[in-house]
Amino acid sequence: MTDYLILRVTAKFLIPIILLMGLYVQFHGELGPGGGFQAGVIFSAGLILYALVFGLDRLSDAVPIVALKVLSSVGVLLFAGTGMISVIVGGEFLDYNLLAEDPVAGQHLGIFLVELGVGITVASTMLLIFTLFAAQNDHV
Amino acid sequence: MTMSDVVLEHYNYWVVIVLMMIGMYTVISRGHLLKKVIGLNIFQTSVFIMYISIGYVEGGTVPIVEGGAASDVVYANPLPHVLILTAIVVGVSTTALALALIIRIREAYGTLEEYDIQKLDQDAESE
Amino acid sequence: MLRVSDGAQLILIILLPLVVAPICYVLRSVRVVWLLTLATALSCFLMSVGLLLVVLDTGGFSYHLGGWAPPVGIEYRLDLLSAFVLLVLTAVFFVCQLYAGSLTVASSSKEVPPAIAPAFFAATLLCIAGLMGIVVTGDVFNLFVFLEISSLATYAMISLGRDRRALTAAFQYLVLGTIGATFFLIGVGLLYAETGTLNMREMSMLIPDLVDRQTAFTGMTFVIIGLALKLAIFPLHLWLPNAYTEAPSVVTVLLAGTSTKVAFYALARMVVSVFGVETVVETPLPRLLLIVGSLAVLFTSAQAILQANVKRLLAYSSVAQIGYMVIGLGLLTTEGLAAGFVHLFNHALTKTGLFMAVGIMMLVSLDARLSSLAGLGRQMPWTSAAVVITAFSLVGIPGTAGFISKWALLDAALAQEAYLIAAVVVVGSLLACLYLLRLLDVMYFQVSEKPRESITIPIHMVTALWLLAIACIWFGLSTEYSLSVAKLAAASMMESL
Repeated sequence: MTDYLILRVTAKFLIPIILLMGLYVQFHGELGPGGGFQAGVIFSAGLILYALVFGLDRLSDAVPIVALKVLSSVGVLLFAGTGMISVIVGGEFLDYNLLAEDPVAGQHLGIFLVELGVGITVASTMLLIFTLFAAQNDHV
Repeated sequence: MTMSDVVLEHYNYWVVIVLMMIGMYTVISRGHLLKKVIGLNIFQTSVFIMYISIGYVEGGTVPIVEGGAASDVVYANPLPHVLILTAIVVGVSTTALALALIIRIREAYGTLEEYDIQKLDQDAESE
Repeated sequence: MLRVSDGAQLILIILLPLVVAPICYVLRSVRVVWLLTLATALSCFLMSVGLLLVVLDTGGFSYHLGGWAPPVGIEYRLDLLSAFVLLVLTAVFFVCQLYAGSLTVASSSKEVPPAIAPAFFAATLLCIAGLMGIVVTGDVFNLFVFLEISSLATYAMISLGRDRRALTAAFQYLVLGTIGATFFLIGVGLLYAETGTLNMREMSMLIPDLVDRQTAFTGMTFVIIGLALKLAIFPLHLWLPNAYTEAPSVVTVLLAGTSTKVAFYALARMVVSVFGVETVVETPLPRLLLIVGSLAVLFTSAQAILQANVKRLLAYSSVAQIGYMVIGLGLLTTEGLAAGFVHLFNHALTKTGLFMAVGIMMLVSLDARLSSLAGLGRQMPWTSAAVVITAFSLVGIPGTAGFISKWALLDAALAQEAYLIAAVVVVGSLLACLYLLRLLDVMYFQVSEKPRESITIPIHMVTALWLLAIACIWFGLSTEYSLSVAKLAAASMMESL
């Protein structure tokens, strides 16, 4: 990959912006268009671009497959755990109003946590699918 | 309103029907498993377009409420969009699983043509 | 102990497997993962018993996710029927997980290699969570999502089969299953366009006035065909024999007991509760259901007789049994529905038991060819005795569970003076007799050519098998918990949602 200077320079320029955009969509999602799904996909797209330009090995060094597996589970648990808190407090599943003293603050906190869970799961699952497929190339 | 107006006004639904038929036809007629998956994706995409068409409200704007709900603003129906976002995720998962199966089928049989696979299976059976 | 409300129990029963699944996926030790899954299955079973008792008392309740009342939010609804099916599901799931404990024993872990066993257990948990979700949800789009969760897990589980044909079987099921689910999605979209709601109860109030509208009628058609594909109703059943045959035994037992049963529940729920009996009677649907149900019973039973592979034989017989349930639905009477649901219950016990027995015998015979089972009746007397009990139940010999449901169905058909249908039920049982006699004949009266080494059968498998075999007899003698609950459920369903 040393030959493709333009690709490397452009990618190095683009990847931080893509990742930043992903984070923006993630954390601004409760106020405007966006949310965990979209953010997760954008974030993983940035890392996939990194793998495409600099090679899968370097991505796997940075984000090992085991970490992706754990992260994809952690996201689901974060989502379900947030929902369960309101059940334990005595409300209904995913009732954000009960997460804090003030219902509005509870809504903010609930949406933030749930979307974070979704974002983590989507991003790590997309990367996991990509990594596993790309690693297949060696033996087909 | 003449017949042709009715037909033309619902052009998006015609797109849906055409895509749906292309997708179904590809799934049925092509023997290559990868082409079947592509057909399946086209078929699913037609449904996505159908849902988005359902959500369209004439003159409606982006459904983001700012500074309290204003009664005189018409919003597009956001619900079909949310539904179809979920369906798209389901579609992506299905495609990923199908591709994973295809890779393993390719490893096991050395081919992706349905006809060849059936022949290999029959040969194995008769042995 | 923490006292949880009924609603919280309803959400917990679905959430528990959904939460345990990713944990299983991360863990390495097969034994730990199995114990975790078994504990989950047991808690789900206990919760569903509790829920059924509550519903028998109160008649049902609904739960609003996130505190958002319908039509804005998603409603989960538990009535007698869904509690009944939920109980069947969790019971079968628990027994299947007990059976899958054999994967922790080295001698029989060849079916699913230890390296991917945790992923397998995670997939079973996702599958059952999806299926239970279908049963309790009161929202048609949510039903689609749960349908796909369970289907995706199922495709992955089928592909774990040892033979490479498992891969093509899984792929075939994936293509057909996705088409079915997408048809359902199209139907839901059209019904939403016409009614403006996704909530089953609200939809059921609006549909009677809309049945003359093309859009609503087309939507209903798409929904029914989509579910029929998932249910493997007769001409749409081609994926099922391949999938059941090629999947590992631990997967086949789970599929045979749960997935088509839930698809039948979903079809009945949509037809009776959402579209409404008054609406459906006006359409050709009831007659169509009776015709395809009868064809399924006759054709696939006959096909089962011709099979040389035991698992394929039983798979064709499953399609025939689905035919009986569809006939029960097609009669559109309380008795017919009750017969359909009690057959769902009995067949879940019977066919799961039979597939378990075949799975155990395959440990010795090493493949599923009918001729390979020769002489096993003498070598494995206990397993073979269980085969005899479950086979009797499948035919419908008095004193077994299968008799109860066939009798109920016959009764319902005769009450409608549908003599042709009654004849089909009887002929179907005779055909079942034929193909099962072939199996028993090979096991008891033929001698194996080559000597086999005797192996110890994992205790998990034997326990699970005998639990079901005893259940087959128990529910053949006592109908208190099966038929009478199914009758109550059908009656409450016919009244209103």
